[in-house]
Amino acid sequence: MVETLIRLRDDAASTAPVVAFAQLSETSNAVAVRLLPGDDARALLPLLGQLELVEVAFPAYTDGRGYSAATFLRERGYTGELRAVGDVLIDQVSHYHRVGFDAFLPDQPISREALDKAIATWPHVYQRTVDGRTPVWALRHG
Amino acid sequence: MYQYDQYDQAMVDARVAEFTDQVARRVSGAMTEEQFRPLRLKNGLYLQLHAYMLRVAVPYGTLDSRQMRMLGQIADKYDRGYGHFTTRQNIQYNWIKLEDAPAILADLASVGMHAIQTSGNCIRNTTADHFAGAAADEVADPRPYAELLRQWSTFHPEFDYLPRKFKVAIIGSETDRAAMKLHDIGIQVVKNAAGEEGLRVFVGGGMGRTPMIAPVIREWLSPLQMVSYLEACLRVYNRYGRRDNKYKARIKILVHEIGADEYRRQVEEEFAHILTLGLEPPAAELARIKAQFADPAFDAAAPEAIDLSDPDFALWVDQNVHPHKVPGYGIVTISLKPTGGIPGDATADQIRLIADLGRDYSFDELRVTHAQNIVLPHVKRADLHAIWQKLDDAGLATANLDLISDIIACPGLDYCSLANARSIPLAQKISQRFADVERQRDLGELKLKISGCINACGHHHAGHIGILGVDRKGVENYQLLFGGSEGADTSLGSIIGPGFSEDGIVDAIERATGVYLAQREAGERFLDTYRRIGNAPFKDAIYG
Amino acid sequence: MSGEKIKILTGNDLLTGDVTWWTGSGWSTAVNDAVALGDDGAAIIKTEEAAQRVVSAYVIDATREAGHVRPAHIKDRVRALGPTVRLDLSLRPHDPAAAAWIA
Repeated sequence: MVETLIRLRDDAASTAPVVAFAQLSETSNAVAVRLLPGDDARALLPLLGQLELVEVAFPAYTDGRGYSAATFLRERGYTGELRAVGDVLIDQVSHYHRVGFDAFLPDQPISREALDKAIATWPHVYQRTVDGRTPVWALRHG
Repeated sequence: MYQYDQYDQAMVDARVAEFTDQVARRVSGAMTEEQFRPLRLKNGLYLQLHAYMLRVAVPYGTLDSRQMRMLGQIADKYDRGYGHFTTRQNIQYNWIKLEDAPAILADLASVGMHAIQTSGNCIRNTTADHFAGAAADEVADPRPYAELLRQWSTFHPEFDYLPRKFKVAIIGSETDRAAMKLHDIGIQVVKNAAGEEGLRVFVGGGMGRTPMIAPVIREWLSPLQMVSYLEACLRVYNRYGRRDNKYKARIKILVHEIGADEYRRQVEEEFAHILTLGLEPPAAELARIKAQFADPAFDAAAPEAIDLSDPDFALWVDQNVHPHKVPGYGIVTISLKPTGGIPGDATADQIRLIADLGRDYSFDELRVTHAQNIVLPHVKRADLHAIWQKLDDAGLATANLDLISDIIACPGLDYCSLANARSIPLAQKISQRFADVERQRDLGELKLKISGCINACGHHHAGHIGILGVDRKGVENYQLLFGGSEGADTSLGSIIGPGFSEDGIVDAIERATGVYLAQREAGERFLDTYRRIGNAPFKDAIYG
Repeated sequence: MSGEKIKILTGNDLLTGDVTWWTGSGWSTAVNDAVALGDDGAAIIKTEEAAQRVVSAYVIDATREAGHVRPAHIKDRVRALGPTVRLDLSLRPHDPAAAAWIA
């Protein structure tokens, strides 16, 4: 069955209005934000505690800035939903997941089965990332 | 050299499975070409002028005989009996079918090889000094670091969709044999006064439309922080590299536009944060890799003196055998530049012969150089004659290392859809004009490089003589540059004047060599004379 | 070369990568089979690419004389024939006029 929104979280999805980054100010009460590729995720640092949803837009899947935005947010302790939105294709899902995305809103629907399979593409990983998987070098040296 | 363990093997096997599935989905129509294209590029598969072209990775230019033999087998089984060695130490096949690509990758994986990230806007093959582990002037073998970089950059999830391609080169000596400063990141392994190993990091070099020499961004970096530091370098680039203009998207543009100091500041800020995250492999991992690059069991009693009474053999030894760090040994360069030949091409039979020579005479180790030749790094001088005879029988004994006929040439308009002009026929003409080996040796070291378009895959900016092919109203035309260098004295060549036809530029080059012969002072190479006397005498001789 | 100025359609075969030319009803590896297009180039490209019968198709200028089609740009002539430095691997390996045709 194909779904529009796929979430890998147990909590309920945010129902708050999603505020565009450009409309955000530091005094904002926004709990849901959307980042465009050129938006600097560092500006969200003061808001991390109150955010429950960060959408990262991928107008074109070849623009990889969103991967760094996601990594940044997770590294700084963001535990809310991190949702990849737009030109989200099955072949990028495994990397999206490794940089911390736990929800997907693709323009072209993806099935949950295909997504789970994609996340399991790599039996091992060479890099330590925010997904917590043990990198190969740690397996080698215990 | 490095041997895959179960984890490395599992990675290439998983990649074969992933790509096999992607090809099936493309063929069935489940995936469009627009969706598929970046994916096939990340497996080295281009759609080129005649067919698909596959670029197979030779990590830091090092491989063993089993792997080299597989490269020959692929040429026979899936292509038209030959391969082309490239200016990034890889190999390309020009007549590949998409439907065969998964099987080719599976064959490669069976010998620990792949085509991972040899194209696409991602981190490419890290190249290294082709004399690594053998040269007498080496401070430290750069290849363990290159292997660490290979693993760190393979399927890196954050950096798979960079603004543009990303190329790293690493050397371990003061002598730069890898054009290190002309890369997005260049790394030099150095030692401090206490004998400790460290890394000097250059960022922002490159050729192409806007050639630049990389500035030093970090003077000294602990080897045990290399991965963390490179993460920082790539993060800043991924965030701020330009994505609005393909021709301004390399990191060299970013470093140039914000300045080296600002780039360094941003990297240091990111680096400080990354150091808290535990991304760095432990010292034990670097040690594990280094152990696999330990010296082979050299024969301490190998004689230095050999019989040089055969003049052809003596000439080849003098030209193509480089001093080795161990007495009684030599570093052999097998020239893939026969007179009038296609630079860097080798038939499957030649590849197999080369593989056997590596197995029998070089501790089963071979290198691909960015000058499109093959190196046997650890050869007993006592074995040189036997090797030379076999090479000579196979047309591989041209004694022209670093001479004018040792031309670097991109595939050009004969093969490449990006090209504006053909480069190979020009290389052949130049090679034939200067065929006489004594004439070449009299001219001495003369690095001639030809690119068929501004993308500069032939490294023409770094040629003592550089040639750029252009399209002038639908007709092939060639610009002539002098004074480039890829060594530690890195410099970019400058255009001498209006362009030439193919025959015209061969004449112009001959006149230029005449100027050099007339004006040179003792010990000067062509490059040195040019740097001393400047453009004017050459312009007069060529256009006067 | 004199001859009729036409527009033709070229691309590559998806599975094999072979250079192909639109014949009006399908794709041929022989450039002389290329048919003169009307205004329908873009529409044909859309249909044929969607049907997986071609990739990277595009319209080019060419001349046709006595049944021989010659692409206007040297790059497409190289595509039509093969690498000039390996004519043994070209579509006309025994034709002594092949190199001159490309240039």
